[in-house]
Amino acid sequence: MSERRTVFAGSALPVLLVAPQVLLTAVFFLWPAARAVQASLERGDAFGLSVRFVGLANFADLFADPLYIAAIWRTLFFCGAVSLISMGTALLLALCADAVVRGRVFYRTALIWPYAVAPVVSAAVWLLMLHPQVGWLTPALERLGIAWNYRLDDAQAMLLVILASAWKQVSYNFIFFLAALQAIPTSLVEAARMDGAGPVRRFLTILFPLLAPTTGFLLSVNIAYSAFETFGTIEALTRGGPGQATETLMMKVYRDGVVNLDLGASSAQSVVLMAGTMGLVALQVLMMRRRRDVA
Amino acid sequence: MQRRDFLLGSAALAAAGVLGMPSARAQAPVTLSFWHAMSGALGERVTQVCDTFNASQAGVRVEPVFKGSYVETMTAAVAAFRAGRAPHLVQVFEVGTGSMLGAGPAVRQVWQLAQETGVRLDPAAYVPAVRGYYSLPDGRMASMPFNSSTPIAWINASLFERAGLDPAKPPATWEETATAAQVLKAKAGAKVPLTTAWPSWVLMENYGAIHDLPYATKDNGFEGLGAELVCNAPAYVKQIQRILDLAKEGLFVYGGRGASGDQLFPAGDCGISFNSSAARAGFARDAKFPFRAAMLPYDPSVKAQPNNSIIGGASLWAMTAPNRTPAEYAAAATFLAALAEPKADAKWAEVTGYVPGTNAGGQELTAQGYFARTPDAEIAVRQLARGTVTVNSKGLRLGRLPEIRSILEEELEAALQGRQSAQGALDATVTRGNKVLREFEASMRG
Repeated sequence: MSERRTVFAGSALPVLLVAPQVLLTAVFFLWPAARAVQASLERGDAFGLSVRFVGLANFADLFADPLYIAAIWRTLFFCGAVSLISMGTALLLALCADAVVRGRVFYRTALIWPYAVAPVVSAAVWLLMLHPQVGWLTPALERLGIAWNYRLDDAQAMLLVILASAWKQVSYNFIFFLAALQAIPTSLVEAARMDGAGPVRRFLTILFPLLAPTTGFLLSVNIAYSAFETFGTIEALTRGGPGQATETLMMKVYRDGVVNLDLGASSAQSVVLMAGTMGLVALQVLMMRRRRDVA
Repeated sequence: MQRRDFLLGSAALAAAGVLGMPSARAQAPVTLSFWHAMSGALGERVTQVCDTFNASQAGVRVEPVFKGSYVETMTAAVAAFRAGRAPHLVQVFEVGTGSMLGAGPAVRQVWQLAQETGVRLDPAAYVPAVRGYYSLPDGRMASMPFNSSTPIAWINASLFERAGLDPAKPPATWEETATAAQVLKAKAGAKVPLTTAWPSWVLMENYGAIHDLPYATKDNGFEGLGAELVCNAPAYVKQIQRILDLAKEGLFVYGGRGASGDQLFPAGDCGISFNSSAARAGFARDAKFPFRAAMLPYDPSVKAQPNNSIIGGASLWAMTAPNRTPAEYAAAATFLAALAEPKADAKWAEVTGYVPGTNAGGQELTAQGYFARTPDAEIAVRQLARGTVTVNSKGLRLGRLPEIRSILEEELEAALQGRQSAQGALDATVTRGNKVLREFEASMRG
């Protein structure tokens, strides 16, 4: 290790410097998470007048419900599709933007823009385009022979929420991919070019492996995003329908917790979702680490 | 150790800051917090109502606070109660009535409020179909009707004329509605001959009320938490089958859950849309064609004389909190009583498009010539006053009704996709809905 280490004399200053972050984490993450775990073990009315401890009964009910099991698979598919599409598109755009010399700032700004759009607003825009009756893209789709009605077509509804959710995340991924691409030494790429490697080969053997840490990080972020933050988009577009075709785990948490005020069931679902996401991220970090050790 | 102390110290500081606020409250007048869910123009109307009341007397100051959608407002009130900081008054949507009634000591029901404070809050002043939704089975009012509407049919007059139909003679029965939809499609090329917003409320709950059919046992849940859904009875199956048949012919177009169907009518190629009577203001703003209101269709083979429809909207609940003084409850009662004044009620109905909740408010509007000027506004009032209110037409008193509505709409969607029959959709609704009702019952019994 050749890192330079700063050593503080006492413990007061480092504690003080770390305190804001620790406090924020405690107040906005640890405390609510602990409350969710506590509430998941209880059952009672919304007003908290008759709450009792029920152990793992809420979890048992959850996993005995075939609709919940179906929602787990649906959410996995949804998260996978959103991550793949948003990261794939972002990588492609970043590769293009990296190659552009003129007007680079313009492209970069234009591509980062969607990130600033609120989920519900972006959903409203998608709705304007693709509403089954009044959307302005709908007649064009019909002319192509596609009977577009996501209100009554499961696959179309899923496609719509995946596209709308992925679109929103492309900008974020783009920034990271572009930064990572720019950090790759040009000498490496040029050496490969001199050895006669075409663009595809250069990408596969040099760029993509060197992007791996960024890809790994973005994968975690995208999984967390698609699991937790797509609620606004789905609620505004399909409300989980038709039937339960686009009802993800987060939609169910909202439905049971906020609409039904069934805090026990909803908290149990949050805990499952939290554990699941943490598990996925841990698995992925582990894999990244092993890979680095091998290399 | 040091860090822990530091954390505890800052937490205590933050808590002191939050808790310290109420002590700064002024002595007089009594200030009431009033949480509501009326956004945009309607929110401004709520502020106006409060301003008028505040200006009319010196003892009470009402401070309206917009808390988001109905669902968000109710969740906020529940959370505030758990923190001991519930608002004095909160606007709760009609489907939340079952949950609020189960809230026991968290609320002061209107009859208790009247008894304790001596302020007169008379149920008889209210239109029966309005007060019924918010009353106990013996007629005592639990909450104060605030904004009430009812579903009616909205008719595109220019499409009707193009199809050779008379918009002044709208279809009254379901059979006539189906025929009109056919003609609208064939002769006027209507892309959406017939649609609805709020499928569960309009096509099922109000269908039951109009035809005097029970929706759930125990008088639609008014008589206890043990109610079970019975909305898979033959008459309901017939209704859903009719919708499926119309959809197959392209005459009924599904517009989505909840309020999603709102968008279809103002777009102009929809002939008939069922929607809340309160949709009038929005249609008047967005629709670029003449339109009219009509009563919801009925099926004479199920009931020869249709009954009243049921309301939607919200009521005001008085909530409790530790340290809340009798003076504060009295102030809340005074404000509620002022809202029920005929002139205030008439004004509210006129500026918002909701129906007048009190009998005297309706008479006031008639005397002012309001209904003569805007006949569409009277359709809802007449439909609510039709027949006599029965146990099947005063509303639904079911816990987690929003969830039961979602379930019905999910199953209806599956039937419209051709995956199940009308009977299958309603059977599934009853099975899944009853599970929700049992969970609610269990949560209430603790």
